[in-house]
Amino acid sequence: MIYAVVDAQTLADAVGLGAVYALMAVGIGLVFGVLRLVNFAYGQLIMAGAYTLAFTSHWRVGWSIAACVVVVVALSLVMDRVVFRPLRGSSPAVMLVATFAIAFMLQAIALLVDIRDNTIGEIATSIAPLNQPTTVHGVEVRKITIVAVIVAAVALALLALLLTRTTIGLHMRAAATDFGTARLLGVQANRVIGFAVVLSGILAAIVSVILTVQFPFVGPDFALRDTIVVLVGVVVGGIDRLWTATLGGFSIGFATGVINGALPTEQTVFLPSAVFALVILVLLLRPAGLFAWGRGPVERV
Amino acid sequence: MTDAPALSVRNLEVRYGAVPAVRNVSLDVARGEIVGLIGPNGAGKSTTLHAIMGLVPAREGDVTVAGASVLGKAPEWIARRGVALVPEGRRIYPDFTVEENLRLGLAGLRTTRSNRSLTGAYELFPVLHDFRRRHAGLLSGGQQQQLAIARALVAQPDVLLLDEPSLGLAPSLVDSVFETLAKIRDGGFAVLLVEQRAQRTVALANRTHVLSNGELRLTLGPEDAGDTEKMVSAYLGG
Repeated sequence: MIYAVVDAQTLADAVGLGAVYALMAVGIGLVFGVLRLVNFAYGQLIMAGAYTLAFTSHWRVGWSIAACVVVVVALSLVMDRVVFRPLRGSSPAVMLVATFAIAFMLQAIALLVDIRDNTIGEIATSIAPLNQPTTVHGVEVRKITIVAVIVAAVALALLALLLTRTTIGLHMRAAATDFGTARLLGVQANRVIGFAVVLSGILAAIVSVILTVQFPFVGPDFALRDTIVVLVGVVVGGIDRLWTATLGGFSIGFATGVINGALPTEQTVFLPSAVFALVILVLLLRPAGLFAWGRGPVERV
Repeated sequence: MTDAPALSVRNLEVRYGAVPAVRNVSLDVARGEIVGLIGPNGAGKSTTLHAIMGLVPAREGDVTVAGASVLGKAPEWIARRGVALVPEGRRIYPDFTVEENLRLGLAGLRTTRSNRSLTGAYELFPVLHDFRRRHAGLLSGGQQQQLAIARALVAQPDVLLLDEPSLGLAPSLVDSVFETLAKIRDGGFAVLLVEQRAQRTVALANRTHVLSNGELRLTLGPEDAGDTEKMVSAYLGG
């Protein structure tokens, strides 16, 4: 029955959404790896990037995107220095709650900045033309979907190379596996964590750009829903490994896209219910994570 | 400064909460010397090593490396000052290749200009070279212990701390670990060896301190290794 309602265009959109969610999952997973911290405020980084794009809409596109990367990475580093570092070694619950607090604070700040012109929401126009459709083998696909898939593939490939071929990548993997032993060997904790935070920030900036093209209307709750869905996807995939978290992010994005396409238009309000029903089913069947093979259940936050 | 021992521990005291784990422990290790630390379970042997490495805070006393205090520093800082710990249970990365495990050891090098080669480690342990592309988790227990020691040595430390390197190994492998330690001493390292195998340790080490209830009770020389009565009474707190 699903086959009848899922056409090639829906599949293309689903892959595009999966790609964006995979990037977000990697961003969340990288920081989780070295800090054992689920950063609930990740969506607000993306929101800050989206606002930067909106406020610099009159700039040339390249400069606007560069400003977005700078703002998001700087904000990530400040977050690490001011909140994560003092809380390092605290219980996961304390750190999770702290990231909730950051999330709400950043949303409040965004609202204050946004409301100066007496309206809520800003429009990012400069990169919106990428939202135009183009035809690939008779299927109408928005250009941004193609861009999203290519950018995600390239970013993930570069990250994989970085993690497997460089010394800092080796140190990051070691820190994510057993931080205590890594430090014993001389791996510098602050350097590794700082690097993970920067990488995670760059990924958030990329996601900002892709999402802003598709949803140019930027408000304080920009990317909030996406972040919740991705966090769920990451846990479903298996958060303690980067690749399972990434697959989890992609899967939930893809599932959301397909269900969205399969549901009749008047019933798309049921989309979150359908997605989360699927999540509950997966967690009942595979409590250790959808892609966690051969290992026992792990403690989850 | 130059005549300061490679490692010097002075009046070290460590507590876990209100419970003293190590009390008033003082010892020196010079280059080219193995100093043994033996004693029953819970005597404070591992805690002493952990305090030297900055893994647990010392309440009193001082730890100096080549004359400079390292007390209160982070483990990675102490590692980069030339102290390497081969931890109990080896703590290798089973999902990483043998070569990746060794490259991790390079993180402890004091300057980035130092020799970043793994050749020395492969010469000492040829089997690691043969298996360098294999996942470390696939090595046998003895090979994993060799890897853990090699990983510590590639950082070219002055001081090598070993926490029960023979634990869980078959007797023939224990022999090879002790032979390796003798070779390492000849290489000019200062070695502090924590062991359960008291007799072997006393026979190998330049001197061996007996730790009991967190305090040094007795110091034995290699000549005491055959004196079973002395060994037993040392353990029983005589």
